[in-house]
Amino acid sequence: MRKYSVFAIAREAMRGHKGWDQQWTSPEPRKDYDVIIIGAGGHGLATAYYLAKEHGITNIAVLEKGWLGGGNTGRNTTIIRSNYLYDESAGLYNHALNLWDGLSQDLNYNVMYSPRGVMMLAHNVHDVQVLKRHVHANRLNGVPNDWLTPEEAKEFCPPLDISKRARYPIVGAALQRKGGTARHDAVAWGYARAASARGVDIIQNCEVTAVRRSSNGHVIGVDTSKGFIGAKKIGVVAAGHTSVLMEMAGVRMPLESYPLQALVSEPVKPCFPCVVMSNTVHAYISQSDKGELVIGAGTDQYISYSQTGGLHIINHTLDAICEMFPMFARMKMLRSWGGIVDVTPDRSPILAKTPVPGLYVNCGWGTGGFKATPGSGHVFAHTIANDNPHPINAPFTLERFRTGRLIDEAAAAAVAH
Amino acid sequence: MLLIHCPYCQEERPELEFRNGGEAHIARSRDIAAESDEAFEAFFFIRTNPKGLVYERWRHIHGCGRFFNAVRDSVTDKFLRVYKAGEPKPADVMKNLPEHSAWENIPPADQNVETPARDRVSTDGEA
Ligand SMILES: Cc1cc2nc3c(=O)[nH]c(=O)nc-3n(C[C@H](O)[C@H](O)[C@H](O)COP(=O)(O)OP(=O)(O)OC[C@H]3O[C@@H](n4cnc5c(N)ncnc54)[C@H](O)[C@@H]3O)c2cc1C
Ligand SMILES: [Zn+2]
Repeated sequence: MRKYSVFAIAREAMRGHKGWDQQWTSPEPRKDYDVIIIGAGGHGLATAYYLAKEHGITNIAVLEKGWLGGGNTGRNTTIIRSNYLYDESAGLYNHALNLWDGLSQDLNYNVMYSPRGVMMLAHNVHDVQVLKRHVHANRLNGVPNDWLTPEEAKEFCPPLDISKRARYPIVGAALQRKGGTARHDAVAWGYARAASARGVDIIQNCEVTAVRRSSNGHVIGVDTSKGFIGAKKIGVVAAGHTSVLMEMAGVRMPLESYPLQALVSEPVKPCFPCVVMSNTVHAYISQSDKGELVIGAGTDQYISYSQTGGLHIINHTLDAICEMFPMFARMKMLRSWGGIVDVTPDRSPILAKTPVPGLYVNCGWGTGGFKATPGSGHVFAHTIANDNPHPINAPFTLERFRTGRLIDEAAAAAVAH
Repeated sequence: MLLIHCPYCQEERPELEFRNGGEAHIARSRDIAAESDEAFEAFFFIRTNPKGLVYERWRHIHGCGRFFNAVRDSVTDKFLRVYKAGEPKPADVMKNLPEHSAWENIPPADQNVETPARDRVSTDGEA
């Protein structure tokens, strides 16, 4: 792999940019691998990268039924934050946040991590109580999160209307300054390139159709649209399709898959400095570096694999955005789309061993896993390499739905991001 | 937005009048405290979540207010059947289903045998 640098750009500028290599190789699958990762989204690619980098396992294939990053990784609104309520969540999401910091350097790829601040608005007494509880819980866990008065909030984010006559008055806000956004595609591409450089085979257009097991129950490989591929260990990192894949191995999951939608506006000059979200009004917004407003909507009420959602869902979100920011009322929306998100009963992910020997699962990130991509890949690689979870993901088991040790972020947050 | 036929009102109405009630045909235990942890987990948390035929409950909250069941294709979101609560799970819906993928709605037992996927046939209507 040729290193990307300012010198490389200068050199290529002189040569008409004819010397750039392919960012990753696209080999035919080998007969068998030490580890197969199913799903080349950010989490799957990061898992492969850290397996190679930190655990010296490089005989790995990442199998993807479509194109890499074409699942939820390429469809999300890229909000990054770690201000979750419970200790276990703070540990996991903050682990990821710390990795975002040096990620562009580590991957030699600009993932455009932009810690521009994530602000959560309080509109009523109940919001104030909930958000302050979060601020205090976060601080106890070493996650900086500040409580702002309406005036301080407006100073940080001038487009806010803090007048008393606003449709949804702002009575305070919580601000995680290190939260922000990153470029979703670049995260997938950066991990793919760095993993490929360490010998990982990324095999696209290769759909897994069955998980094969030996007579003692241990996994032996997968059937795919490119034939049988053997593996000693298999990691399922397939987001919305996790139930389908796990069922191939006889494991029924505590998951439901719903369409989640987002939309972007026409690009305009910089006008919105940070990420603002409101749990009560159920909307959030940020502006991409390209200038588009990026707006996240909710999920449909029924399970679906259609990758589209109901129009009334995004309509509802735009109503809320226009009420909160009347200055956006005349913006034209360019595109809207849906992704299929896998939701657990407690809205926390599952990163764990499974009842099937050699089979591991990383799922349940639901509406908010992009932010966790580096941390998730990091601890999941540890789990696969050692056949034992990392202390950070040890609580995120599959068994918690039997023992009752839930990590109930469902009760702690309302809006999908 | 879905258009949903309520089997009580005998009318097709917009989705906004309905509330989805999750997977259908999950029987609640008569003595829940006596259930094992495994049985409770299966009842309360584990879901089929199929790509293909979904058997689900709907409630016509802004209409007659009653619960009913539906069979829907979770890939196209098309309804194949609606039927009243208490009626048995229809077993014949599978026949008219378009093919989506090699594995959808194939019982796990069939998938785990060491035969190539294409040699396996399944006519099971379970979802
Ligand atoms: C509209 C929307 C907005 C969101 N906004 C945010 C946000 O602001 N912040 C945030 O943190 N998170 C957000 N999320 C959630 C986030 O996108 C996901 O949690 C995260 O990207 C999941 O990454 P992944 O790598 O696990 O899954 P994916 O990127 O979906 O990757 C899974 C891959 O598995 C592949 N696959 C599936 N079945 C098979 C098979 N049988 N064989 C081979 N491959 C298979 C798929 O094709 C897919 O590429 C949002 C999601 C959506 C849909
Ligand atoms: Zn009715």
